[in-house]
Amino acid sequence: MTENITPIWEVFIRARNGNAHRHAGSIHAADAEMAMQAARDIYTRREEGNSLWVVRSSDIHASDPGDGGMMFDPAADKIYRHPTFYELPEDVGNM
Amino acid sequence: MYTQALNSETVVSTIDDEQKMTAFQARIDREEKIEPNDWMPAAYRKTLIRQISQHAHSEIVGMLPEGNWVTRAPSLKRKAALLAKIQDEGGHGLYLYCAAETLGVTREHLVDQLLSGKAKYSSIFNYPTLNWADVGVVGWLVDGAAIMNQIPLCRCSYGPYARAMIRVCKEESFHQRQGYELLLQMMKGSEDLKEMVQDAVNRMWWPSLMMFGPSDGVSEHSSNSMRWKIKRFTNDDLRQKFVDATVPQAKILGVTLPDPDLVFDEVSGNWKYGEPDWAEFKRVIAGHGVCNKQRLKDRISAHENGAWVREAALVYAEKQKSRMAQSAA
Ligand SMILES: [Fe+2]
Ligand SMILES: [Fe+2]
Repeated sequence: MTENITPIWEVFIRARNGNAHRHAGSIHAADAEMAMQAARDIYTRREEGNSLWVVRSSDIHASDPGDGGMMFDPAADKIYRHPTFYELPEDVGNM
Repeated sequence: MYTQALNSETVVSTIDDEQKMTAFQARIDREEKIEPNDWMPAAYRKTLIRQISQHAHSEIVGMLPEGNWVTRAPSLKRKAALLAKIQDEGGHGLYLYCAAETLGVTREHLVDQLLSGKAKYSSIFNYPTLNWADVGVVGWLVDGAAIMNQIPLCRCSYGPYARAMIRVCKEESFHQRQGYELLLQMMKGSEDLKEMVQDAVNRMWWPSLMMFGPSDGVSEHSSNSMRWKIKRFTNDDLRQKFVDATVPQAKILGVTLPDPDLVFDEVSGNWKYGEPDWAEFKRVIAGHGVCNKQRLKDRISAHENGAWVREAALVYAEKQKSRMAQSAA
């Protein structure tokens, strides 16, 4: 018996007002409305959040771990992008 | 819970590039998490798919013995707690299926393996829940054993499994406490009620110890799982921790544990216990426990009875999509 595959959705929850949504996990559902319902039942049984996003997993484009070096290493030697790179006299105080 | 070591070692493939293997092991040794798109040895992937899906199946089948008592719970409070616990277990199963799916298997395939009898699940759920005290003992002992097993899995090297376990562990404490509290209350009641509790403990004690899997001497695998930090403790280590934690709880409850060899060892500071009946364990795993057939039958009928819902939902989603496309045109 081959059944049609029910799509996977990624679930994002905002724990508190003012916070960003964070990835919580995934669920299966036929459409967005059912995905929302399932996400509520599976990820917010104990007041884990007050807002939900559901996104079709197939719509997420992830960076390739193999490209990690090319993508992110160039940032490693650019210490002049950080405030601590610049030395100021003590009496300037907090800046 | 419920992972159970079932003694089927995956042979490490020699096809995997040796250099990649070395780099992979180095990442594990540095306690780095392995994520779905990262390179991993084929045997690591296979071991994880088997373990996580068995764990998921156990959560799902685990709803059945407790579900048996929902309509007969003695009060609204107990019924609400039992329903909430069972719903949690269903949730645990779903978190875990999702974690397994990140390794490249479909949910449909995993469910198929369970229903066709190819996949295993924890032996404990093939025992019947005969009286109301069983609900309490399942919470106290079965979830208690599950907690022992699952806490180290929160540090498992595979990221999605570890994160699912953190979520699961947060919910388990309620499961154990509601069970133990239920038993405490029964132990304040009539002689009949006390006897029910003792009877449930007598039946569930040994199967709970078997939840940790065969003894380390007998267990063929573990070595890869330990090296890959999927597992952090041996079966016997975890079983010992469970016994040490449970003996004092039994005393407070006022029940005896059905093991004449149970004795405190001053030197090690551990409770020594007798040998579980491993022949029974093998029988139950092989499908000859009291409830194996019933459990599978119940899962199959739940799946079949839900088929039209899944079908209708997909057809409806398609219809909505084409309507949207039409109105946009
Ligand atoms: Fe669970
Ligand atoms: Fe549980």
